[in-house]
Amino acid sequence: MKIVVCIKQVPDAKDVRLDPETNTLARAGVESIMNPYDRHALEEGVRLAGEQGGTVTVLSMGPPQAQEVLREAVACGADEAVLVSDRAFAGADTWATTHTLAQAIMTVGGADLVLCGKQAIDGDTAQVGPGLAERLGYPYATCVKKLLGCAEGTLRLERMMDDGYDVLEVGLPALLTVVKEINQPRLPSLKGKMKAKKLEIKTLSAADIDADPGQIGLPGSPTQVVRVFSPQARGERTIFQGSVDEQVEQLARELEKSN
Amino acid sequence: MLKIDAEACIGCGLCEQACTFAAIRVEEGVAVVGDNCTLCGACVEVCEAGALNIPREAGKEPIDLSSWSGIWVYAEYRRERLAPVALELLGAGRRLADKRGVELAAVLIGPGDLDQAAAELIAHGADRVFAAADPSLAEFSDDSYGNILADLIRRHQPEIVLAGATALGRSFIPRVATMLAAGLTADCTELDIRAEDGALLQTRPAFGGNIMATIVCPRTRPQMATVRPMVMKPLDRNEKRRGEIVRVEPELSQLDSRTRVLESVAADLDRVNLAEADVVVAGGRGLENAEGFALVSRLAETLGGAVAASRAAVDSGWIPYPHQVGQTGKTVAPKIYIACGISGAIQHLVGMQSAETIIAINRDPDAPIFNVATHGIVGDVFEVIPKLIERLEKSR
Ligand SMILES: Cc1cc2nc3c(=O)[nH]c(=O)nc-3n(C[C@H](O)[C@H](O)[C@H](O)COP(=O)(O)OP(=O)(O)OC[C@H]3O[C@@H](n4cnc5c(N)ncnc54)[C@H](O)[C@@H]3O)c2cc1C
Ligand SMILES: Nc1ncnc2c1ncn2[C@@H]1O[C@H](COP(=O)(O)O)[C@@H](O)[C@H]1O
Repeated sequence: MKIVVCIKQVPDAKDVRLDPETNTLARAGVESIMNPYDRHALEEGVRLAGEQGGTVTVLSMGPPQAQEVLREAVACGADEAVLVSDRAFAGADTWATTHTLAQAIMTVGGADLVLCGKQAIDGDTAQVGPGLAERLGYPYATCVKKLLGCAEGTLRLERMMDDGYDVLEVGLPALLTVVKEINQPRLPSLKGKMKAKKLEIKTLSAADIDADPGQIGLPGSPTQVVRVFSPQARGERTIFQGSVDEQVEQLARELEKSN
Repeated sequence: MLKIDAEACIGCGLCEQACTFAAIRVEEGVAVVGDNCTLCGACVEVCEAGALNIPREAGKEPIDLSSWSGIWVYAEYRRERLAPVALELLGAGRRLADKRGVELAAVLIGPGDLDQAAAELIAHGADRVFAAADPSLAEFSDDSYGNILADLIRRHQPEIVLAGATALGRSFIPRVATMLAAGLTADCTELDIRAEDGALLQTRPAFGGNIMATIVCPRTRPQMATVRPMVMKPLDRNEKRRGEIVRVEPELSQLDSRTRVLESVAADLDRVNLAEADVVVAGGRGLENAEGFALVSRLAETLGGAVAASRAAVDSGWIPYPHQVGQTGKTVAPKIYIACGISGAIQHLVGMQSAETIIAINRDPDAPIFNVATHGIVGDVFEVIPKLIERLEKSR
């Protein structure tokens, strides 16, 4: 079984904070990390490849610096790493991203199973997985919380819904997006770290993947950001004063007023 | 590419502060951009010298936008029930449709008789309801639901299509957008019409709510967005409103699904309640243990609200995961959110900061939760909560 795991390098959201004074982003040394959901996708891929026999290729679209997360993925058990990187990809929205990733997957010979995280913690769109599946012509399931089994080219799984979960069957090739409940990701092994250090990461440009210039980067993105701003500071704020009893009294009145 | 006008740049460093990717730096008094720039535009927005600019290339020939008209809402319907967000979207859609002077339609997909649900949609603002019914649609499928919606959109060409940012909507709407080569904006919290050209202004939080971005789709139609539940206001129900129900018979090929639901398991009601509750009482590590956490449940009961928790409380095993609010849990936007013993880490805030009124109870006056709170009590939860319960019960 050939498994491709899509991994994005993202700024660590817990370091990204709003400066309450200036209302701008205070960015004291924001670190780049592997998108947390993608770590779970990787773990599931490595586990499944081990169980079924197969290989795991990790794929990322990003600047050269995204090599770091690919190496980390190899240290955690991936066999191969592919980086699609080109200045022409900058500013891609999810439509352009899915074109690029789909072309890259076809360039490396397709896949039996593509795994993505539920969403990337920078954009939080959760659109790349389903969009990529459609580009590839694969069926898919989002928010997968458990793989129940894989037999004769059919996967059985549980997908989360708002009101519970569905048990689903899907034939390969397919794409899944996963949530963190699905597994507990392993740490890099020593052997993996050695391998990651030596591994040559295959780097593909827009031309290498035969990308449609009209569907990549900012010019190929149907959505355009016209304004970026800090969230409105909330209106009036009160910290109640006085004894605990007095504060409780003020809060109770407030609650009774609005409830 | 980000263009930097070195002459105009004053080296103030505002761009450096605004960049979430550490992609722009001031070197020797001038801003320089690195490889990891994503063209998000945050720096352009803050630059006071007007030295930064992202030139937009012409791109593809624009399609003829004039043939696209009307505003559509996908009305989620599951287990014989309309999702509340469907009515909220009609409220928002009505406002947009009136601004544009166009029709507001809803699309219903489901098994059996959809007339009652369709009537409900009309009473909440829809001029027209497309009702696609087939027994096989009892179970949600990305394939069949997507095929039906995409086909209707192709045939009727609405300029705007809105859907709830629910598990179901966020699963199949991206496929529909891809089938139509349409732009799609996820999880919007604000929608408006741009006066100059009638474009849909879609505003959404990004970076875990640290920045807000307004997005447009200038060259493609329809303009598609998923919208966060509990943010838009539904119209009051009005039986007198008139509308047309259009019955749609899905073709067999559209009903083909490459996935098969073997079983659909409903969670306990508690979990459903959380996203739809008007009052949510949440507890965090400050409750110290499971017995402490029970105070939160008692307060919720007194107020007739639902119980939520921070990840720290869930990880400690005081309450199961479906109650977790935040980036890796649920997003809620109740009328009142009471955070007890929660510090207010950004990953928690993104799940609750669009609540109408936020109340924080925390003994640390510097806890970040107070930055978003409407009202706060700096105090000990073990003292404040029991007193509050007692006081609320007295006035019943
Ligand atoms: C990728 C990622 C995803 C995450 N997703 C989520 C998520 O979805 N949801 C989420 O909640 N977190 C999430 N987190 C975790 C988040 O960063 C915080 O660690 C977590 O929210 C902290 O929970 P807390 O506020 O309960 O605990 P703490 O931060 O420990 O805060 C406890 C608070 O209680 C106060 N306190 C203590 N005792 C008392 C008392 N007796 N009376 C009054 N106040 C008291 C303290 O002053 C403190 O402010 C995520 C983290 C990461 C890295
Ligand atoms: N640039 C990228 N390179 C590789 N995978 C990506 C990229 N962007 C998104 N993905 C994948 O798509 C998932 C959803 O991302 P998003 O739709 O951006 O929230 C992520 O968890 C990744 O698995």
